Amino acid sequence: MRVIALVKRILLQIRRDKRTLALLFFAPLLVLTLMNFVFNGNEIKPELGVVGANKPLIEQLEAADIIVKPYEEVADIKDTVKENKLDGLLQLTADSFILTVTNDNPTIAKMIEMKVKQLLQLQAQPSFEQAEATNQLAIQTDYIYGSSETVSFDTFSPILIGYFVFFFVFLISGIGLLNERTTGTLERLMATPIRRFEIIAGYLISYGILAFIQTIIIVLFSIHVLDIILVGSIWDVLFINIITALLALSLGILLSSFASSEFQMIQFIPLVIVPQIFFSGIFPLEGMADWLQGLAYIMPLYYVAEALKGIMYMGLGLSDVVRPVLILVAFIVCFIILNLFALKKYRKL
Amino acid sequence: MNNQTIIANGLSKAYGDKIVLNNIDFATEQGRIYGMIGPSGSGKTTFIKMLVGMEKPDTGSVHVLNTPMPNLEVLQRIGYMAQSDALYPTLTGKENLQFFASLFKLNKHEQKERIAYVAKLVNLTDDLHKKVTNYSGGMKRRLSLAIALVQNPEVLILDEPTVGIDPALRFQLWEELIRLKEEERKTILITTHVMDEANRCDFVSMLRGGSIIAHGSPQALKDQFDVETLDEVFLHAGRTSI
Ligand SMILES: Nc1ncnc2c1ncn2[C@@H]1O[C@H](COP(=O)(O)OP(=O)(O)O)[C@@H](O)[C@H]1O
Ligand SMILES: [Mg+2]
Repeated sequence: MRVIALVKRILLQIRRDKRTLALLFFAPLLVLTLMNFVFNGNEIKPELGVVGANKPLIEQLEAADIIVKPYEEVADIKDTVKENKLDGLLQLTADSFILTVTNDNPTIAKMIEMKVKQLLQLQAQPSFEQAEATNQLAIQTDYIYGSSETVSFDTFSPILIGYFVFFFVFLISGIGLLNERTTGTLERLMATPIRRFEIIAGYLISYGILAFIQTIIIVLFSIHVLDIILVGSIWDVLFINIITALLALSLGILLSSFASSEFQMIQFIPLVIVPQIFFSGIFPLEGMADWLQGLAYIMPLYYVAEALKGIMYMGLGLSDVVRPVLILVAFIVCFIILNLFALKKYRKL
Repeated sequence: MNNQTIIANGLSKAYGDKIVLNNIDFATEQGRIYGMIGPSGSGKTTFIKMLVGMEKPDTGSVHVLNTPMPNLEVLQRIGYMAQSDALYPTLTGKENLQFFASLFKLNKHEQKERIAYVAKLVNLTDDLHKKVTNYSGGMKRRLSLAIALVQNPEVLILDEPTVGIDPALRFQLWEELIRLKEEERKTILITTHVMDEANRCDFVSMLRGGSIIAHGSPQALKDQFDVETLDEVFLHAGRTSI
């Protein structure tokens, strides 16, 4: 009964707090959408100049989402490309093809190269030769950011979904309990017959409900609006995200007992949240030193990422991700027990 | 023996090196008002929190209603008002009352009745639908008092309940405290700075330097030190004990 009273009160407080509601339900969608725009190069149509091409080839190129600009004759390849702001130029002569790519954006360059190669291979033409890039400086800049290695949005969007559920639930539930501490109401509750586990349960249930709604919104939005790849079952995805939310909740309210202000709660972000994203699989772990790879195994988000990637990208079922799920449940149980101890400083019961 | 409601034996508490309370014995009986006076920082709040079981004493024990504290069953029968208002500012006065009431064993009907009664008692009936953010300091105090009374407890422990409350309402509250004592035989323990309020208690304890330096009915204390006012008692008692 007391748990229900607590849940009702927390939900009422959140309902009154429009800013927190927005942070829970709209901020993740906004960030995901932006990420989608940033990483999805497929929307861009590259411009390709073509010299000496026949009509069928031009049509095929256009069908492959390339804007084709036919030229009669080209004196200086580099000048033509630069002056017309082309992304590349394809020269066809009797016995050879020369593709020149601007390469100021390697993603676009790669895309042109790939598409042209495919088309020409389809036509089973003998020789293919790629000219040197026109802009050396640009190539180097882009290699520094490792764009040739970057995975596409599809592969790591499942990780991002879990990550956002974790981040926003962690922050909001942590600050929720923290407020209860700093305003003295938590201490005041200790003068009522409420038990410590009832307080924890009240927080887990109320923020669990919010996290559930948030998860549904994020997952549906990602799949139906952003067209993020989902090979596995949406129910499995929801299940893993609920586990993620419980994890974030139990960790958030636990860490809130080590913070004395909202600002200190924010300080946990670089300490607790940011390192986890490095180890969650967005960046390949294989290249890291062994001891660093070991660190990944103590990071809860690593298992979230493993499970979500398995389901969304590789099409596994829940039975294939039992191991990460069990480990996540173990983390949650640990955090809840620690929470009960953290509240002991108020009262023994 | 059975109408002893609070019994504290040898309570001591130190924060780090600072000894706040030193071996305090204290007892109350049903149907009496007890006043605890002492300068700010003398440990009144610490003492009261130990009675409720919110603070753990270093040594000593507390029994309330014949039960060692902390005890959840007994908390049902204690009304506590904290010195600093612990309210939920985004909720209305009524929602605050409802939340705290629902932590105690009250059925729907009782809860409604009690909320209406305590709201009337502290003159908040017309402001119950306002959010607590929009309350004045005195209104928050009154809401805190209403919350302490909502489950109709046998023991009332109030930490500086009348701070920021205007004289007319203060008078009215004292009338009510005295009615609760006489008609409902409640035990009431309040801390206060106001000597006029101490005068209206049945017993007064003076806390200073971690010890109770004087205890007795206001008249007995004045007689003991042969003075006219409690203020003077306080000054004299402080002098003789240190
Ligand atoms: N949690 C705490 N940690 C350290 N010192 C405390 C704590 N609570 C109270 N004190 C100290 O104990 C003393 C008594 O405080 P308090 O009981 O609030 O006095 P009063 O209510 O009589 O004004 C003060 O000096 C205060 O600084
Ligand atoms: Mg005090």
